[in-house]
Amino acid sequence: MALAEVKEVAEHVAEKHGDSGGSWIIHHILDSDTFFGLFPLPDYLTNHVMFMLIASVLLIFALSRAASSYKKSFVPTGFTNLIEIFIVFIRDEVVKPTIGKGYEKFLPFLLTIFFFILTVNFLGLIPNGSTATGNIAVTSGLALISFFMIQAAGIKKNGLLGYFKGLIPHGIPAFVLPVMIVVELLGLLTKPFALAIRLFANMTAGHVIILSLIGLIFILKTVLVSPVSVGFALFIYLLEILVAFIQAYIFTILSSLFIGMAVHQEH
Amino acid sequence: MFYKTLLLLSESGTGPQSWLLDVNPGVLLWTIIIFTFLLLILKKVAWKPILSALDEREKFIRESIQKAEDAQKQAEDMLKANQERLAQAEEEAQKIIEQGREYAEKVKEQILSESKDEARKMISEAQIIIERKNQESFAKLKTEIADIAVGAAEKIIRAELSAEKQKALVDSYIKELNQN
Repeated sequence: MALAEVKEVAEHVAEKHGDSGGSWIIHHILDSDTFFGLFPLPDYLTNHVMFMLIASVLLIFALSRAASSYKKSFVPTGFTNLIEIFIVFIRDEVVKPTIGKGYEKFLPFLLTIFFFILTVNFLGLIPNGSTATGNIAVTSGLALISFFMIQAAGIKKNGLLGYFKGLIPHGIPAFVLPVMIVVELLGLLTKPFALAIRLFANMTAGHVIILSLIGLIFILKTVLVSPVSVGFALFIYLLEILVAFIQAYIFTILSSLFIGMAVHQEH
Repeated sequence: MFYKTLLLLSESGTGPQSWLLDVNPGVLLWTIIIFTFLLLILKKVAWKPILSALDEREKFIRESIQKAEDAQKQAEDMLKANQERLAQAEEEAQKIIEQGREYAEKVKEQILSESKDEARKMISEAQIIIERKNQESFAKLKTEIADIAVGAAEKIIRAELSAEKQKALVDSYIKELNQN
């Protein structure tokens, strides 16, 4: 009976997507105009924008609650404790060592980007949810903000001319200068590009693997492969929880590192 | 430009992604707008109070530790001073005892020598007295013996010497005188 149903689903999917290959997997990862796959959205919204908005509301609610608990007592309890672990970690292990003196100014931005990416990553792990950070437009937006933050920090600290002069290494012969200018400008642009691609690819990859593993049942048209599929999918799902943390951390530490490099150009 | 931005945003849902690497400019703009607002709101609502609370708490902890360290140092200093004072007091007590012993020894010596002298003096005085008493009693004895001898001689002479004999004796005596 189960076998017949699996065959039916496989035929239905093949009919709907035109082929039995991988296009349905991509369809599940792509942005769509229905929220949660259920509610149609107006023209100006997409599923991923909705998830970002939900993440923002959740963050504002949760973090303001944590903030107000400090007014009552210096001793953090429960949820505040959890939030504080991340804040202190970002401050002491990420921002302080990479930016050094004057790191306080960039702390709000880096904390926001960490918590935003983390929350969006986790919302994507909700069944039937969608990972906004698996959308290249979203990661490009975040990388663009990071790029402007980096340049603004460098220009504010060293002056417009001083900053761009500082990008080129000292003591190089004049004839390589044209090459160096091109290389350094490219280097400036590669950093946010890498940030965007890294986050997008990592968040997409996990989902593709999970969907492929589940799809194996329908591609092979046998229910017998389902224990293997579900087992591996569960493993990848747990791995994705880890990846959600790691990617938020990496985006934050790299942004912080680039800001530090822009601010302290002597190194 | 503002109009263009609005247009992009309003159309972001109309062109759903058809391939993974499609960059939907509307979604990109949405991301930037959402993130900017989130940053501004969180900065005011969360980061400022939380970070200042953390700083304050760290300051409080640092100060508390400093205070505790100071108090411990003070206590240690006090203990040291007390011990020093105790040692000093003990030394002083030892000195006083030593002095007392020395003094007692001296007094003992003095009393002993004084009493020896006294005894010697008393002995010599007693000897003198004994000597004098001896002499006195000897002198008395001498006179008494002489008296007894005279008495006895008298008695003997009285018994032996009759009237004629006395006469003869006086005569012989006178004779002798005459011869000279």
